[in-house]
This record gives sequence, C-alpha cells and structure tokens, in this order.
Amino acid sequence: MRILLKGGRVVDPGQSLDAAADVLIDGGAIVRVGRDLAPDGARVIEVPAGLVVCPGLIDMHVHLREPGQEHKETIATGTAAAAAGGFTAVACMPNTSPINDNAGVTRFILQRAAEAGLARVYPIGAVSRGSAGDQLADIGELKSAGCVAISDDGKPVASALLMRRALEYAGMFGLPVIDHCEEPTLKGDGVAHEGFHASSLGLRGIPGAAEEIMVERDVTLAGVTGAAVHIAHMSVRGSLRAVRAGRDRGVRVTCEVTPHHFALTDEALAGYDTNVKMNPPLREAADREAMIQGLVDGSIDAIATDHAPHHYDEKRVEFDLAPFGIVGLETAVPLALDRLVHAGLIPLARLVELMSLNPARILGVTGGTLAPGAPADLTILAPDHHTVVDPARFKTKSRNTPFGGWKLRGGVAATIVGGRAVYVNDEIAEASRFGAAH
Amino acid sequence: MPIVMDEDRIARTLTRIAHEIVERTRGVEELAFVGIRTRGVPIARRLAAKVTEISGHPVPVGALDITLYRDDLMRYPVGPQPLVRSTEISFSIDDKKILLVDDVLYTGRTIRAALDALIDFGRPQSIQLVVLVDRGHRELPIKADYVGKNLPTSRQQSVQVRLTETDGSDEVTIEDIERS
Amino acid sequence: MKVDTAVHRPGHEGDRGGAGHPAAGLHHKDLLGIADLTVEEILLVLETADAMKEIGARPIKKVPTLRGKTIVNLFFEPSTRTRTSFEIAEKRLSADTLSIAASTSSVTKGETLVDTALNLEAMAPDMIVMRHTASGACHLLSRICRARIINAGDGMHEHPTQALLDAYTIREHKRRIAGLKVAIVGDLLHSRVLRSNLLLLKKLGAEVWIAGPATLMPPGAERFGVRATCSIDEAIEGADVVMMLRIQQERMHGHFFPSLREYFTVFGLTVDRVRRAKPDVIIMHPGPMNRGVEIASEVADGPYSVILEQVANGVAIRMAVLYLLAGGVEESS
Repeated sequence: MRILLKGGRVVDPGQSLDAAADVLIDGGAIVRVGRDLAPDGARVIEVPAGLVVCPGLIDMHVHLREPGQEHKETIATGTAAAAAGGFTAVACMPNTSPINDNAGVTRFILQRAAEAGLARVYPIGAVSRGSAGDQLADIGELKSAGCVAISDDGKPVASALLMRRALEYAGMFGLPVIDHCEEPTLKGDGVAHEGFHASSLGLRGIPGAAEEIMVERDVTLAGVTGAAVHIAHMSVRGSLRAVRAGRDRGVRVTCEVTPHHFALTDEALAGYDTNVKMNPPLREAADREAMIQGLVDGSIDAIATDHAPHHYDEKRVEFDLAPFGIVGLETAVPLALDRLVHAGLIPLARLVELMSLNPARILGVTGGTLAPGAPADLTILAPDHHTVVDPARFKTKSRNTPFGGWKLRGGVAATIVGGRAVYVNDEIAEASRFGAAH
Repeated sequence: MPIVMDEDRIARTLTRIAHEIVERTRGVEELAFVGIRTRGVPIARRLAAKVTEISGHPVPVGALDITLYRDDLMRYPVGPQPLVRSTEISFSIDDKKILLVDDVLYTGRTIRAALDALIDFGRPQSIQLVVLVDRGHRELPIKADYVGKNLPTSRQQSVQVRLTETDGSDEVTIEDIERS
Repeated sequence: MKVDTAVHRPGHEGDRGGAGHPAAGLHHKDLLGIADLTVEEILLVLETADAMKEIGARPIKKVPTLRGKTIVNLFFEPSTRTRTSFEIAEKRLSADTLSIAASTSSVTKGETLVDTALNLEAMAPDMIVMRHTASGACHLLSRICRARIINAGDGMHEHPTQALLDAYTIREHKRRIAGLKVAIVGDLLHSRVLRSNLLLLKKLGAEVWIAGPATLMPPGAERFGVRATCSIDEAIEGADVVMMLRIQQERMHGHFFPSLREYFTVFGLTVDRVRRAKPDVIIMHPGPMNRGVEIASEVADGPYSVILEQVANGVAIRMAVLYLLAGGVEESS
C-alpha cells in the first residue's frame, strides 16, 4: 500500500533536513523523502499547514507493568498511551513480576505488544537475576530473545564489581547497560530531594550526591571496560558534570532526562501531593537549570519519560508510604514543545534528536530517521495545538500525574507505525485524514 | 445620629440608680456588682463607686465575659468566632446579692448567658439586673430591676452606648441599621 | 487573612460597633501548621488562651461552648502529654470527646489512613485531632474529611499547638517575643517542634538561634532565617530563652552521633552552660525529657525551668484553638 505524505514540514536531523518535503511510503517502509515526489498510484495525504512530520518518537524508558502488575497498566494500555503521546516505540524496563531476566518473559512481552498492534515495544532485560544485584542474568539469552539493553532499573547495580562485569559482558553483545544511579546508603529511606523544601516539610531527603557518586562510578567503569553505559533519568548537575568529563576523555556514556525534571523543581512538594513523588526526586532549581542547559548544548542525549503508572489507591496514602513514580507518555511531547521549543531554548530539530534519533542510536534499533528502507514510523506533531492536560482522558490505566490542568502549547496530531496510523488526535480536525482506510 | 442621653444625663441617671439600689437593699455589705463585658464593666465600676460613697461600705466589682455561653455561637455556617475576653471575679459570689450590670437590655439573650455563667461560679443569694438602657423587644422572660432609661426602638434601629473608659466620651445614640 | 470587625449577630447587642467585641477568627478549616497562620491569627490564639486559662482556675472548670460537638483524638503515635491536654481542653469546652490510640484499632489490621478517616467521617465528627508518624498526614486527612483537622504532630513536619503554648509561656515571662534571643538546641533534623517554633518565633520577630550536631542540622537551614551553629555555647550566650529538644535513642543507629554520653558532653544543657545565658533566662522543653542526655536533671528541676508551666498552658492554648476553629468557615476559601 503506497502512501504519499505531501508538502509537510519534515524535520529529520538524521538527514539534516528541516524543510517542506514529501514522504513516500510503501508496504510499511519509507521509500524516500524528497521534494515534489510523484504519487505513482499512492494515496496522497496533504499534510496540513502547521503540522510537522518527523521520524517516530521513541521513549527509551517506560514501565509497562505487565506481567504481574496489570492493575497499574498493561502492555495494551501502555502502548495505546505511547501512541497517543506520539511515540512509535517504547523500551520497557524489566522490573515486572516476574522480572524480565529470561527469554520467557521477554517473548511474552513481545507477544503482547504484537497483539496490541500499536507502538513497538523493545524490552530491556535485567542485569542480574531477579534484579537482586547478585548474579548476572542470562544476558546472551536476553539478547537473542529480543532485548535491546539491560538494566536493573528501580534499583542501582550497587556492587561496583557486578557493574564492571555487566559492562564487560553485555558489551560483548553490543548491549548498553542502563543504570539507575543511586548510592543506596545515602539514599536511605529518603522520599524527596534533600534540600530546603523537604526540610521545611519534614520529609526525609535524598541527597543529589547519591546520584552523582554512582554516575561518577559508572563513567569510570565504562572507561575501564570500554563498554557503553547509559545514565537513566539523570537529575543532578553534578551527574551531568561527570558525564561531560567522561565523554571528554572518550568514555562511551550517554544520558537521558525526564520531562518532569526539566519542568518542575522541589518547590512542587508543598501540599504533599504524592503525584510529585518519584525517584530520582524533583530537584532544586540549579539542577533543573543544568538539565535544561544540557538539553540545549547537546551534552544530554535523550528525553525519556520514566513512565511509571501506579494505581490510584496506591498513591492515595501518606507521602512517606506512596510508591515513587508518575506517568509521562501522554504529557512528554506537549511539555517538550511548550517548555523547550516554544520557550526558545531548542529548535524542533534538536527535539527530534532527543526524542527519536538519539534513542534509536543508543538502543541500536531502527528508526530515528526517515532513511529509505526504514520502517515507516512517523510522528505528526502539532506544535501550535493548545492542549489542557486532562488525566481523566488518558489512555494509560493510571492517573498519577502532577500535570493535570496544565495548559500547554503543542501536541500530537497522529502517530504512524509501519505506515499505519495507530493514533489520530480527534481534537485536531485535520488529523483525521491520517487515519483513513488503508 | 440623635443623641438620646448626653454625658450629664448619664451621670445623673447612674447617681439616681445608685441611690435606688442603696434604698432598696437591706444589707449593703452583701452586695457585689458583676459587669457584663464590655461596657457593663465600666458602668458597674461607676455604680460601685457611688454605692460605696453613699453607703460607706466598699462593694466589690467583677467582670464577666459571656462569649463562651452565647446561644448563637455555632449556629452560623459562615463567619468567625467572637473574640473572647477574660472573666475576672476575684471574690466568692456565694450568698452574695449580685447586681448584674449591662449597658443595653434588648432580647435578653445576653442576660440569659450571664446567668448561666454566674451559676458556674457559685450560688448567690440573689441576682438582680441593672441596665442603662432598656430598648424593648424581649425574646426571653427577662426583666431589669433597675433601668436608667426606657427607650422604645424599632428592630431597624440600633442603640449605641459610648463610655469614656472604652470609647473616649459618654453618650447614648440611636442609629438606623443599614439594610443589607 | 484579615481580622473581621463587628459582625452583626442579632440578639447580642454588645457585639455591634466600636471597641466592643470584634469578631475574629482563624480563617481556615484546619490547623495544619504555623506556616498557614498570620501574625494576627497567632496573637488571637494567645489572647484567647488568656481567657481560657481563667476557666481552669474556677471551681467548675467548664463552659458550654462546644456542647454537642464531637471531637475525635486520633493518635497514631503514643503520647500522654499532648493527648491528655487535648482531652482536658475538649471536656472543659463541654465537647464529646473520643480518643483512638491507633495500635488498638483497625490500623493494626492493615487499614490505610484514608480508610480509617473515611470510616470516622461517616460518623460525622466535628473535629479530628491527629498525631501521625508521617509528615503531611494531616494534609491528606484534610483533603478527605469535612471535619476540622487539628495537627497534633505530623512526622517531622509541624506541631503547631506546641509552638503556640511555647510562645504563650515565653510571653508570660518576658511580656513579648520580638527582639528576644531564643536558642533551640538538639535533634533539629527530626524535630517538628523545631519547625513550628522556628516559624512562629520568626513571625513574631524573635532572634532565633538553632544548635545541634552537624549531622542533625536540617538541610537548607541557612534559608530558614535563623543563626545556625554546631556550638551550643555560642547559641546559649546571652539567650533569653533556651529550648531543649529531645534526642531519640534510635538516632545512634543512623550514625548521627556516637553515643548518648558524648552527646551530653558536647550538647547537653548543664548548670554551667546555663550560666552563659541571661540571668533571667527561661529553660523550656516540649517533653518527654531524657534526663542526662539533652538536659541535666538539676537544670530541668531548677529555678529557670518553666517546663511544667508549658504543660499547664497547653490546655488553655488547645482550648483557644478548639474554640476558634469551631466557628464557621467562609465559603470563599
């Protein structure tokens, strides 16, 4: 089935492209991108003015909760949320129940994703068995089954020796190790960023140093082993400093930041809303500014949401007792467009780098650029669409977000996976044309 | 703001009441004044001074805050609490002839609250009521034993008593209440 | 939060106009912390406590003010002092009171705070006085319950009635709070009494010094507007008021300090140390005391100690808070 997306502004930093162009798709793959392409029997979709065509966005850090915690989210609802958020693919963390530390769970996840038929799912396998931090998981098997990286996310790889071995071993298979950087004894029983705000509210603090120390360690070990390490949900300026220093001396380190870490600070703790409780916690203003600076100057590689659904009952407790985490798939693009692009901090091309090109490169998956032969995964952005965040209308099963009611400028018009629209925004009139019959 | 009683008139009225009290009381040594806050207190003090002067017997004076005994405290869904001031009755009221003093007698609810409060302090021999102004419209079976002036009023009016000790000057005026 | 004047209440002539009885209130549904109170509101509580204190001196220590109101004391942490104080205050105002100690209730069966609250709410209490181990627990309750919530201590966050009775005690001795040097010494990090007192004393213009081991110094202390030091001697020098906070034995396990013995040597309030303060210094402690740990017995029982007065004042302050909070709340909030 041939489709021609005609006349839209195509932003594809992987091909240094930001101009009006046509995209020709056939059989679920990109044929090519160019000007005034002949339709040649293709169904022509005129891209409305104001919408932007870019390579499908990839969220490299989500928690889909299935198997085992389906009351929070399932792969079906999670991939639907991803599609609604403009993501054509997500990489899901292994802290399910059971942990994804073997081929069986990996294949189950892939099968569920295929059944849902919405966003692509790239499983991330565990570093250690049961993520217990003791013994390496069967990493080779995980790779064969389809994992694109390994992580014990939710926890750090606490043992430096284990982290070193994991880097060396996974490096053989070309799998990056993604670490949730946190020194456990410094983190202790903390629930919020150690600083003036947590102090005033009587909440136990998690010092920024807890993250920074582990980042330094991981950068050193990546240097020692020559393997690739990826710093998950970085939040502290000291961590970014360590990443930059490592990179300067040739270490293979990449890093990601979540939208909540560039949109909020620990000031948001006032009132004890548990939808403001996540790990790493919202940090102080200087850290947020450093993260934004890193997004601007290129030292941060990716934006990833750390989408962490929790059931309403679980969050409706005392702040100390609430589980860490907020959902993020359906607010990431509006926040990025409103707070970064429209704020004049980064151009749209840089946003596509952060949310598509770089995640694809880090995980070693196809996509990230509309190269000929690549799967036809595209995101149609609506940068000027005004949206009000309404958790009641989320496709994710859970509602734990602090962004309810936020008025943001920027949204998604449609999400296309393999040439097929898996999401069309019914708030945007012209978006419906992307969803017409194949 | 018509002035109903001026400074001179108030003074003469209080003097007259003090004489009435002394005349009608057998056993002035058992008397005690209790003024109801706020303006009942200075009136009580003035009366006590005069009674002491006339009779030669010192008469004690106490101050009673009835806020916590009001019958309308928790009935209003909107609005803050009235301010509570302290009660100072430094003598025992048991077996005393109490003269309860207030500036204006209106519905009688303040007096009802004052009676409840006094009973908690002890068991007086008797309680009589002294008011500077009685403006009518009683809602409870309360009557004053000594009245300075009877002042017929309508419910759309309010009686304002000003005293030097609390307001800087002595006068009684009638005002119309603004309709809301 | 303005103090209203002259609210017309038909039937009580004395309330109208001039310097009579201005109606004043805490314009809040709940008392969650000193952070929410204005200076006027704090002064109103202290003034009202004066009137309430007198009731405790009467032969019949009761007024009918909260008659027919139901107040639940929900205590998730053991407490003799504060709970009894609230109970007495409630009974003096003729309220119907009910105390629930969480260890004997369904909480031990695993019922969440939210469910406990909803079940209570179904029985329509007018007020809930809660002490809980988690900071922010009263905020959570306030979102769920129609009842007025009074914070009797939430985790490490605030203990507003303690700070109010402390201020009341200070004022009784010193006539004022502005300009006084107040030193607060001890486990600052974990203390809700510190946070509430610090906020209140700053609002009323005191010069506040906090002293404790560096390991127990709250992060961001420099932003609290106080002088922070690790030297008790520096803090106590010339102080008008010294407030000692209790040290919990469990803190030794978090590596906060090596031993109680060492703590007493470096930070304990001894008779010698007291001499550094002003000659008319008052020594305070929220209780319960660890004699020989944060404070020497001779000081606790000595002539400068007002610790027992604090307890007595607690009833009057809590009566004032209950009375003021029991009034209506304006719909606009």
